[in-house]
Amino acid sequence: MSAAAETAAGAVPAEKRCAWLLRLADTSLVLGQRLSEWVGHAPALEEDLALGNIALDLIGQARLLLAYAGQLEGRGRDEDQLAFLRDAPEFYNVSLAEQPNGDFAQTIVRQVLLDAWQLELYHSLTGSADESLADIAAKALKECRYHWRFSSGWLVRLGDGTEESHMRAQAALDGLWRFTEELLTPDGLDSQMASHDIAPPLAALRSRWEARIAAALEESTLRAPAPVFFPWHGKRGVHTEHLGHLLAEMQHLPRAYPGATW
Amino acid sequence: MVSGAVSQAGVPLEQQVWQTLETVMDPEIPALSIVDLGIVRHVRVSEDGRTHVGITPTYSGCPATELIETSIREALDDQGIADVVLERVLWPAWTSEWLSESGRRKLEAYGIAVEHTPNGRVACPRCGSRDVQRLSEFGSTPCKAHFRCSACLEPFDTFKCI
Repeated sequence: MSAAAETAAGAVPAEKRCAWLLRLADTSLVLGQRLSEWVGHAPALEEDLALGNIALDLIGQARLLLAYAGQLEGRGRDEDQLAFLRDAPEFYNVSLAEQPNGDFAQTIVRQVLLDAWQLELYHSLTGSADESLADIAAKALKECRYHWRFSSGWLVRLGDGTEESHMRAQAALDGLWRFTEELLTPDGLDSQMASHDIAPPLAALRSRWEARIAAALEESTLRAPAPVFFPWHGKRGVHTEHLGHLLAEMQHLPRAYPGATW
Repeated sequence: MVSGAVSQAGVPLEQQVWQTLETVMDPEIPALSIVDLGIVRHVRVSEDGRTHVGITPTYSGCPATELIETSIREALDDQGIADVVLERVLWPAWTSEWLSESGRRKLEAYGIAVEHTPNGRVACPRCGSRDVQRLSEFGSTPCKAHFRCSACLEPFDTFKCI
């Protein structure tokens, strides 16, 4: 890490860096919570374990990111307070992460779309001007690699499987595609992070994400739907109706019994 | 750094800390100490006499991390080394290459195979056959994958390479 790079990261107000980190942290947390809903319900024991393990990795990544965001925020909130004591409009995950599990195909398609995004994003973030973020990214990247192997492997089996599995995978893709634009379209905060080398420009991320997804879809014999204009802005705190229900379940215990320990 | 610090037992303090950490077992793989696992990154005694132990998580969400921290404190307390400062180290990220040679042997004796790097070959820990199948890249803990031996037909865990 050069002194110049460290200065570049420091030039961005901590409040902005915290706000941007919450997009990453909340995406991992919400997706991890969604996947954990499969525990005890997956189609086979191996998949139950796989989804539970991926959920655990994602929640672990969220914890590292939230702890760091809390430090930057400087208001004494730790990762637990950030996870359990914010309401939906204060969550900044991308809207795709909060979409319901649906059937196994929908869970896999959602996972493929987000795994590809996290994989490319964390790969770039290992070179971030923010050294603490680069360290977290290097850790997360190792885990994202095998998450992608799992989800993209299942996409091929579903897409290039039976007529029924193909139909369900295509239906899931058609239903979720409208949420992908949010992953790749920068707003002011994304651009500010990119201009200070904290995060990659989303335009560069877009081409790598699109190439990765196109290859996976081709192997799976699935069609990418036409681009859709999207009104979703989860990363600005405007969510679909599903997030509130997810948070109600996730946050129930610490809110009902503040400070509970065991 | 107080390089000359000596413990009550008469051995250099850092050495005594390392020896004690070798007795702290991974709660999920009790055959393996945290030193064998390669998660202890440093032991330092600072100017004020406090012992600093740096540990790194194997996986971001490994639920054993906190229990391991408690076990480290307890083990060092028992040796009269109190007030330990535990430091979480993220970089460089843990890799299965840090598993010690003795750790590999202990795992295999315990019934957990270890992927042979760099060719990824796995041998059944029970019968030694290399005719094995990977059933899932995920297992009973984040650090293990699930395999089956095609020779003796027994399922077994394999320590993942990351």
